[in-house]
Amino acid sequence: MARGKAVAEEKKVGNGTLVLKRLMKNPNAVIGLIILVIIVLMAIFANAIAPYGYAEINVPDRLQTPSLKHFFGTDEMGRDLFSRIVYGARDTLKLSLGTVVFGTGMGIVLGSIAGYFGGWVDNLIMRILDVISAIPGILMAICISAVLGGGLIPTIFALGAGGIPGSARILRAQMISVREQEFVEAATSINASKLRIIAKHVFPNSMSPLIVSASMSLANAIIAASSLSFIGLGVQPPNPEWGALLAAGRSQIRDYPHLVMLPGVVIMLTVLAFNLLGDGLRDALDPKLKK
Amino acid sequence: MAPVIEIRDLKKYFETPKGLLHAVDGVSMKIEAGQTMGVVGESGCGKSTLGRTIIHLLESTDGQILFEGEDVTRVKGKDLRRVRENMQLIFQDPYSSLNPRMTVTETIQEPLYLSGRYKRGELAKETDRLMDLVGVEKRLRNAYPHELDGGRRQRVGIGRAIALNPKFVVCDEPVSALDVSIQAQVLNLLQDLQAEKGLTYMFVTHDLSVVKHISNNICVMYLGQLVETCASKEMFASPLHPYTKALLSAIPSVDIDHRRKRIVLEGEIVSPVDPKPGCRFAARCPYATEKCQQPQKLEEVSPGHFVACNQVREINHM
Amino acid sequence: MMSTGNNELLSVKNLQVVYTSDGVPIHAVNGVTFSLEKGKTLGLVGETGAGKTSIAKAILGVLPEFSTKSCAGEICFQGTDLLSLKERQMAEMRGRDIAMIFQDPMTALNPVMTVGDQIAEGIRIHNKVGKKKAREMAEAMLEMVGIPAGRYKDYPHQFSGGMKQRVVIAIALSCRPTLLLADEPTTALDVTIQAQVLEMIVKLRDEMGMSMIMITHDLGVVAEVCDYVAVVYAGEVVEYGTLSEIYHNPAHPYTQGLFGALPDISVETERLHSIQGMPPDPSHLPEGCKFAPRCPHATDACRSGEVGLENCGGTHTCRCLRAKEEG
Repeated sequence: MARGKAVAEEKKVGNGTLVLKRLMKNPNAVIGLIILVIIVLMAIFANAIAPYGYAEINVPDRLQTPSLKHFFGTDEMGRDLFSRIVYGARDTLKLSLGTVVFGTGMGIVLGSIAGYFGGWVDNLIMRILDVISAIPGILMAICISAVLGGGLIPTIFALGAGGIPGSARILRAQMISVREQEFVEAATSINASKLRIIAKHVFPNSMSPLIVSASMSLANAIIAASSLSFIGLGVQPPNPEWGALLAAGRSQIRDYPHLVMLPGVVIMLTVLAFNLLGDGLRDALDPKLKK
Repeated sequence: MAPVIEIRDLKKYFETPKGLLHAVDGVSMKIEAGQTMGVVGESGCGKSTLGRTIIHLLESTDGQILFEGEDVTRVKGKDLRRVRENMQLIFQDPYSSLNPRMTVTETIQEPLYLSGRYKRGELAKETDRLMDLVGVEKRLRNAYPHELDGGRRQRVGIGRAIALNPKFVVCDEPVSALDVSIQAQVLNLLQDLQAEKGLTYMFVTHDLSVVKHISNNICVMYLGQLVETCASKEMFASPLHPYTKALLSAIPSVDIDHRRKRIVLEGEIVSPVDPKPGCRFAARCPYATEKCQQPQKLEEVSPGHFVACNQVREINHM
Repeated sequence: MMSTGNNELLSVKNLQVVYTSDGVPIHAVNGVTFSLEKGKTLGLVGETGAGKTSIAKAILGVLPEFSTKSCAGEICFQGTDLLSLKERQMAEMRGRDIAMIFQDPMTALNPVMTVGDQIAEGIRIHNKVGKKKAREMAEAMLEMVGIPAGRYKDYPHQFSGGMKQRVVIAIALSCRPTLLLADEPTTALDVTIQAQVLEMIVKLRDEMGMSMIMITHDLGVVAEVCDYVAVVYAGEVVEYGTLSEIYHNPAHPYTQGLFGALPDISVETERLHSIQGMPPDPSHLPEGCKFAPRCPHATDACRSGEVGLENCGGTHTCRCLRAKEEG
């Protein structure tokens, strides 16, 4: 029942504010958000937080277990693991955000063209995307990074490409159902151009599920980036991307399991945080819960 | 003066996997300025498609659409924009006809903005005037559709439709989603606007009591074709086509003292995909004979009263 | 008209249903009292959100579990208080003694089960008969609602809207209930189909000697099938009486307003008399008479203090302080 509320509301309450308000009511989403804020702050202020440089070699202190001097211990070259994880947040976040922005962005462009125009355009785009999604994501990422080489930007391309079909498909399905609604017809009847109809009427009403899937794929991107680093592609040493840390630690796993476990726990926490946030967003954006 | 809208043998077919769907199949009518033409029929009879084809939301398959005497059937570009500004649509469902992410102001303002007729400063003033006209309180200026009830949403939709002073408005079941008390408010608003602005309406509905209340003339459609058309009063006083008779007798009346004899039709409306020639109502018609296998023509039975039934005289003892 | 007494089938006393949404209580039904004799039909008339469907769901015991905060009062059916029954006992009654027809035939049927099996399912649960016997009975039910028994194996999507509603009715009537709750059974149908379905419901009701509660917003439908009428507004019965009492002498301003707002094909009107304003928000009901904010005759007395149901002669009762003076 919106009647009472509508009467009380004079000032403009945007949809964004509304979504944020509802998100804040969900304890799981708030936990996810807090973890993410900590990780982001860690990445931004890495210089101030990390007690050592990420590439600072200290051979006498090599392979130490966690202590007050080295919170997370050290690796086989005596580099402080805590500092490497703190600095690693930078590359890891850049990588996952970049991947999702690239994958979802391309997905939005292709998905809205396919979804709004339909017909042979739709068919062509979707069949090409079908072919892409038929190749296992990690295999394709390996191929692309093998061609483009290591480093941050090529890795973003390699991982993002696999995300295009998924987001394009989600958006397309949404747009097809929104396109049939009467307000789109109304926009046509008042002479709105095709571009305006897509941008102003169809797209804003189709993107909720995409936002949710994007926040979920941030988590997947971290795992995929870690996998790439693990097999030696992706971000190159000595840059401390989290997956690379995991890979480096694996030779010592029998004697010094903390070298694998601690980066693993950090990855897990971050992925969990993104998933909690994604879940929360899904609920907050659900129009059925709208009041 | 030429009628505001005249259509001649208008056809709109849709391709479906099962065959060609004859949604509108050779409909002709004239609507004079300031008048309301009621279009009545059951779901699937093509009445909504007819309205949308006339106002150029759908492209007609065949036939002619004349707007104030000018053939606008195949207009493009600038002319199409002008035609659309002069013909508007009020939708049935106040829930899906408003963009959920646009405020009341944004919705009503959009046609004004798109027309390019108003300067930035004038937009807000004109929007306020329209909100007044359709009876939406100013404090709801920044409300989103989900904060409004059905009646108010429908008012906003009406505001958007009349924003550019169209001459012809198709009302597609504008009150069927509303409660009785709200329905009366919206019907009164539509009548007031017509009186004030000299609007010409085409009122598409399945509700015969509403159509009688608001229309000057009525068309009854069955499976894409007109079966009967005449002045509203005459239609209710002396319906001639067997389908119209059954339709009228089927309305539940609140008059508990004068029970009418009800004609209950057997069967249901058949599919409009690749229909056979001949009367489409024959399958349900209590008077059907072999003669009904031939195509039916709309014939002027009495002055201004057209019926598409070649047995109309026998049935009505004329 | 028969007088009340031992002929009474259902009596609802002071029924209250409160839902909750985000912790805000929503008063859907506020002290509804009425009774129904055997073989009679009562029409519950009102607008969307007036609480009509909540009353029916309370009688059938199918109020939504999560959002229902409380359901109080007394629903006495053939001498048993339904609200005090355990869910298991209620389930036994549901379908066998009390059945319901829902508004939307499109969603009331299971799309992956043949219509015949859906009818037979209820029969097997309540009548403890074998598969074969249940099938025979279900086929008889299909014939009864005018569908050839040969369509037993068809799925709902193979039927049109009117036919689906017939199937829904066949399911509801399959165990020959004593009380049928029909919630807007013809609203989703076209006029000519509505006429067919109404006619069939009335015929079957009379053949089986059922009592019926017809929930609708359509005063025309009520006029065609009901013996008694209860007008519901904001979760209260504002007027109750026989069909002729209500239709000839509507006493409550809301009922009068409804009749005035209705375009009627047998009466000429230039302008409809609309009721001003909107129905109240059930989470913020006004004090005093719930209709007062929209009522043209409201006085200060109407806006304070509860307004009770007053007798206006015969079975006719009305919840209005000024009904008598207005005449």
